[in-house]
Amino acid sequence: MISATLNRKVTSMPTVTNILDDFPILHQEVHGHPLVYLDSTASSQKPVQVLEAMDHYYRTTHANVHRGIHTLSEAATTAYEDARRRVARFINAPSTKQVIFTRNTTESLNLVAYSWGRANLAPGDEVLITEMEHHSNIVPWQLICEITGATLRYVPITPQGELDYDALGQLLNERTKVFAFTAMSNVLGTINPVAELVAQAHAVGAIAVVDGAQSVPHLSTDVQALDADFLAFSSHKMLGPTGIGVLYGKKEILQAMPPFLGGGDMIREVKMSGSRWNDLPYKFEAGTPAIADAIGLGAAVDYLTQLGLDWISEYEHQIMTYAWEQLQQIEGLRILGPGPERRGGLLSFVLGDIHPHDVAAVLDMQGIAVRAGHHCAQPIHDHYHISATTRASFYIYNTTDEVDLLVTALNKAKSIFSF
Amino acid sequence: MDDFYRENILDHYRHPRHKGHLEDPDIHYHDVNPFCGDEITIELKVKDGRIVGVAFDGSGCAISQASASMLTEEIVGMTLDEIRKLDKDYVTELLGIPIGPVRLKCALLPLKVLKAGVWGLEEWPE
Repeated sequence: MISATLNRKVTSMPTVTNILDDFPILHQEVHGHPLVYLDSTASSQKPVQVLEAMDHYYRTTHANVHRGIHTLSEAATTAYEDARRRVARFINAPSTKQVIFTRNTTESLNLVAYSWGRANLAPGDEVLITEMEHHSNIVPWQLICEITGATLRYVPITPQGELDYDALGQLLNERTKVFAFTAMSNVLGTINPVAELVAQAHAVGAIAVVDGAQSVPHLSTDVQALDADFLAFSSHKMLGPTGIGVLYGKKEILQAMPPFLGGGDMIREVKMSGSRWNDLPYKFEAGTPAIADAIGLGAAVDYLTQLGLDWISEYEHQIMTYAWEQLQQIEGLRILGPGPERRGGLLSFVLGDIHPHDVAAVLDMQGIAVRAGHHCAQPIHDHYHISATTRASFYIYNTTDEVDLLVTALNKAKSIFSF
Repeated sequence: MDDFYRENILDHYRHPRHKGHLEDPDIHYHDVNPFCGDEITIELKVKDGRIVGVAFDGSGCAISQASASMLTEEIVGMTLDEIRKLDKDYVTELLGIPIGPVRLKCALLPLKVLKAGVWGLEEWPE
């Protein structure tokens, strides 16, 4: 349990054996082999602390939040708002009013694109994104550019999988109204210099929207230090449940924005002639929220905080670097993206001409869960002229022993498809 | 595992039958699987309501490409009405392996392309 881990932390680092005890799902066999879960970039597993927080809420506390006068409703409201406080502290937001609960990163980015975009974009304006974005940070901008007549531009990537900073300098100009980019690529693993990119956006008067889906679970995040105007992330990639995500925004920008979805909880007053909006963050939280899931996210944030984000990123970096070295030795295997020093805990690769679905199927039969496909980032794959990759990703519960199993299984795939 | 990538599947994958193009095909149809980007093109020569020539081209995983190769071995001589009746079970029996819901799309893409080309049936075979 994590409390034991915590006590040890004073004198030594937490050990992964302690952590593994908290993840019952990982103690199972798949096709007769112990499960090796290397797909946390798609979705992480959940520790018992998160499961228990949600179970406890449903068993003892559940009622609808915010307008109930009765005891359960007050307790539910307190628990829900307490989760928001934990999240705010986790990313060093100046105020809980700036932490909006959404369904996931995708909904957070859509909220910004539609709500901010409709009010602020016009023909002649430019929206700048990058070629390494997940579809969730591409498609909303395509849609809002179609609606508003603004022009969408893309920062290209270099052969090494970094942003092309020369091109960025050309593309960011006084017409750019928003620069939206990922803090860490879900395919290349590239860690982008968020604070510098934000500063460059601000220098031309653009707002900066950061897709933190891959960075927030793995790297320490301080929205004030980054000076980001918006930060979007998902609970389910950071040990929390699915169905809840976060949008952080600067207060003055959020206040000036029209609502995204209309309904209950987001209004101050509704007349037949029109409505007035509720205060932040409720203006952007229409309808009954995912209360238990927010509480689960709060527990996940506690778990991550107790381990320490510095320890987490260092630990993942060790595993990823080891995996990088081992995979490089497999003949015919090519890893996409930058070297270990500029990379988060994931590796996307191609193995000869074996289709990634076949690689993933062979690995699955040896109990190893990886992802295969375009990972919702087709432009990157087009850039490298490949249709798909296989991706192994690492989190706090993975070990170098599992990397060795991965290498053995990849060699098995090679022998089956013998090239 | 040795069950899934059985030798006959790997054989069709490595040495696909009827891979290439026909001269002047009567029917030519191409489609992709949006989940994984697998591509299949099927070309047919048709005479008196019967398939008399077939070729396919494509790229993708072993299952999708082997399924296409196996299908082309079976359909020459079939009437277009017979093509219309081919279903999911026909393909899974041809492959002879248990296939989960995700890989099923890989296996069915060639038949989907075939039926769309011949009959305009765009939905996944059931």
